[in-house]
Amino acid sequence: MELTLWTYEGPPHVGAMRIASSMKDIHYVLHAPQGDTYADLLFTMIERRGQRPPVTYTTFQARDLGGDTAELVKKNIKEAVERFKPKTLLVGESCTAELIQDQPGALAKGMGFDMPIVNLELPAYSKKENWGASETFYQLTRTLLKEKVSYSEKISPLRWKEFGRRPKVNILGPSLLGFRCRDDVIEIQRILSEQGIDTNVVAPLGASPDDIERLIDAEINICLYPEIAEASCEWLKRNFGMEYTNTIPIGIKNTIEFINEVHKKLDLPLTNKKELENKSKLPWYSKSVDSNYLTGKRVFIFGDGTHAIAAAKIAKEELGFEVVGLGTYSREMARQVRATAKDLNVEALITNNYLEVEDAMKRAAPELVLGTQMERHSAKRLGIPCSVISTPMHVQDVPARYSPQMGWEGANVIFDDWVHPLMMGLEEHLIDMFKHDFEFVDGHQSHLGHTATNTKDILNSDEKKEKNSKEGIIWTESGRAELTKVPFFVRGKVKTNTEKYAILRGIPEISDETLYDAKAYFS
Amino acid sequence: MSKVEFNKETGPREVFCGLTSIVWLHRRMPDAFFLVVGSRTCAHLIQSAAGVMIFAEPRFGTAILEEKDLAGLADAHEELDRVVNDLIARRPEIKTLFLVGSCPSEVIKLDLATVAEKLNKRFSGQVRFVNYSGSGIETTFTQGEDGALKALIPLMESSDEEKLLLVGTLANNVEDRFKKIFRNLGISNIESFPPRQSTELPKIGKNTKVLLTQPYLSDTVRDLKHRGCEIISAPFPLGIEGSTKWFLAAAKAFKISELKVHEIISPLINRAKLALESHKEILKGKRLFLLPESQLEISLARFLHNECEMDLIEVGTPYLNKDLMKEEINLLPDNTKIVEGQHVEKQLDRVRESNPDLVVCGMGLANPLEAEGISTKWSIEMVFSPIHGIDQAADLAGLFSKPLKRNQILTSKTLVTH
Repeated sequence: MELTLWTYEGPPHVGAMRIASSMKDIHYVLHAPQGDTYADLLFTMIERRGQRPPVTYTTFQARDLGGDTAELVKKNIKEAVERFKPKTLLVGESCTAELIQDQPGALAKGMGFDMPIVNLELPAYSKKENWGASETFYQLTRTLLKEKVSYSEKISPLRWKEFGRRPKVNILGPSLLGFRCRDDVIEIQRILSEQGIDTNVVAPLGASPDDIERLIDAEINICLYPEIAEASCEWLKRNFGMEYTNTIPIGIKNTIEFINEVHKKLDLPLTNKKELENKSKLPWYSKSVDSNYLTGKRVFIFGDGTHAIAAAKIAKEELGFEVVGLGTYSREMARQVRATAKDLNVEALITNNYLEVEDAMKRAAPELVLGTQMERHSAKRLGIPCSVISTPMHVQDVPARYSPQMGWEGANVIFDDWVHPLMMGLEEHLIDMFKHDFEFVDGHQSHLGHTATNTKDILNSDEKKEKNSKEGIIWTESGRAELTKVPFFVRGKVKTNTEKYAILRGIPEISDETLYDAKAYFS
Repeated sequence: MSKVEFNKETGPREVFCGLTSIVWLHRRMPDAFFLVVGSRTCAHLIQSAAGVMIFAEPRFGTAILEEKDLAGLADAHEELDRVVNDLIARRPEIKTLFLVGSCPSEVIKLDLATVAEKLNKRFSGQVRFVNYSGSGIETTFTQGEDGALKALIPLMESSDEEKLLLVGTLANNVEDRFKKIFRNLGISNIESFPPRQSTELPKIGKNTKVLLTQPYLSDTVRDLKHRGCEIISAPFPLGIEGSTKWFLAAAKAFKISELKVHEIISPLINRAKLALESHKEILKGKRLFLLPESQLEISLARFLHNECEMDLIEVGTPYLNKDLMKEEINLLPDNTKIVEGQHVEKQLDRVRESNPDLVVCGMGLANPLEAEGISTKWSIEMVFSPIHGIDQAADLAGLFSKPLKRNQILTSKTLVTH
């Protein structure tokens, strides 16, 4: 039993709903009690979908348990098939139905329908949403393509040459309730098209069962979100020999590497290599003098595996930040996140407990947080700027404007989204110069700023803490005055370091000089 | 009783379960914690319905059952023990801990009553434990509050003191207004259930006169009757008419003259009528379809027809207690079609066929109906907004007139919605 106040991921059947709702001509009969229908609002409210998810809930009640719940399942399947006429039927159960073991998938298969039926077994007491989405997409792909395995030849990534046409790829993984998937797909298709590569099928987002059957018309698969698509890509590789990409095109370096990888796999010459570096404004914006102040900014990163790993690379290599914390709630991606963290000399945080994340954030004393909506709230409480880089989805993460995370435009979006919450360079310089003028309001930040933490609050809370301080360290008038002159966003860190120094040296009172001694000691 | 048409329907439903009521119950009692014993689905449901992220640390959570808990119930009890210990160590300010049963805990027959009993002994004097079920196999949405209140009744001491007991969660400001009006009427001993602090439970007995503020408290009412309380029969205090009759019924039970009631509430009524005018202008003659969810549907239909002159196409309710709703049903126009239960697909067919001007429905259905050009009002807003009483009548009407007004401003019916 695990105490959960809030969870990054929903149950696995919500993952299955994400696949079903992303696609056309599919219906999902879910053996579940009435309360589980809440999941519809994730799609209709957060994604503002104008259609209901294609899901029929059996909504069994306590009084049905004594009777024949299996009959209820069959009645709902029959009605759903007659009403919605799907080309493929998904059948599964949520946590409660799993306990009563009606085996709805087997029941559906015995009802004599001629459409393909996918029996989803998603263990609700050990797995979560992304796993459920991945498993559903995999089972669906397998069901619709397994008969073709025996007579299909291995697919050569080079066969487009024989066919005398442009190479074709599938883009796999984008789904509803995935972070900026809608726009990533457009961006990646645009990039591939510019390179002379056609998109065969995008799935699950917007695909029908017929499209899934056409997957093998492409030469290779683009595994855009491994959380959702890696299992399917692996199956297609094993059974049809289809190669798939490993690079996630988030950030300039990764986008270029992704284009390289695709060209290499297809044996397509890359003729515009030089041009690629100038496709996004990020490299130049990052190089321009105004961005000097970004150097060494302390950044704390937490999100799903894919976005957290990508963010760490961009932060360090493309913006010159210092990554002081990296973590994920995706246990399936823990290994990769740990490896990335090791390269950055930080310890990876793998957890589904947001309070642990908040504690780690506090300890790391970052100047910028890149996280989920939950970290945005935690950061707000700590007075640290934050930009959202990952699911779980919030209505704000489905902006009206085009704002991908991937490719060239994605890099532009990332530059703006991460840098604007920080104080603009020139602005910071000016504030530093004029902060003693009476017009200056302490805690002033850029126009896109967050909740300000003013000096008074910090000092007041400090006073309280000092009185309770076990070490009995006292801040003198001069020490305190000096502390207010430190820019607010590093004040917390300076304070902790100075106290640490005072304890180390056995200094009972912190004066302005102690502050400078500590600064020299730690620099 | 007026000639109302009663129908029952079964089939797939689209409603919240009783766990959702934790969202307003925990706000009402800031010294209580609600611990759902359930699955990740339960946790996800509550956080999705409540927008939980605004809390640094919410006063509700889920003890999520894992595979090993399902293997043996003894282990599940031990595990729950551990979770409760951790929780109390972390939140020492908690005075009452509700152990809330869910669909999975009910199906595996986890005995929360026994767990609560044991914990009560161990934490005696520090924290009280009560248990109830908010499971979706037994409760719909607001019925969760019914379960929570019923669970508190055994903890209420007996007293023969005469008092007026308002039963059902109200917004604090509305509660204050009601108490002021009752005091002006000459009723001085007024208490509320649930109280604002979980430890300040009212004493009850044969001179307790219960006035319901919410229509979804069937089980609570039954147990209060068993404790000797008198239940005042009245419509519910929604709109001017309902609130007036509600005040009159209470006054009658305390032998206060009608004249006195009218004297005190007339100025309120006059000003509420004035405020209602602009909304009535928009709502008049518009056709309304209410889908089942909160059990407030019948009272809302009565208000929107009698005071706002809307036409009623269909009034859905998840559950109908004809006895408790008697006074409300009597106020409905003849031939009102009440449908208890739901077959969501067939009901949506009827929505489309009847071409309503406004549909009251859950959040899962609202945008899809809007996309078809049908204006909607989410029912969940009724339980989060202060809508009770004469002074709130215009605000209540405003919840329904706003989507219609907006629809008049944005006339395009050919939006692409995905």
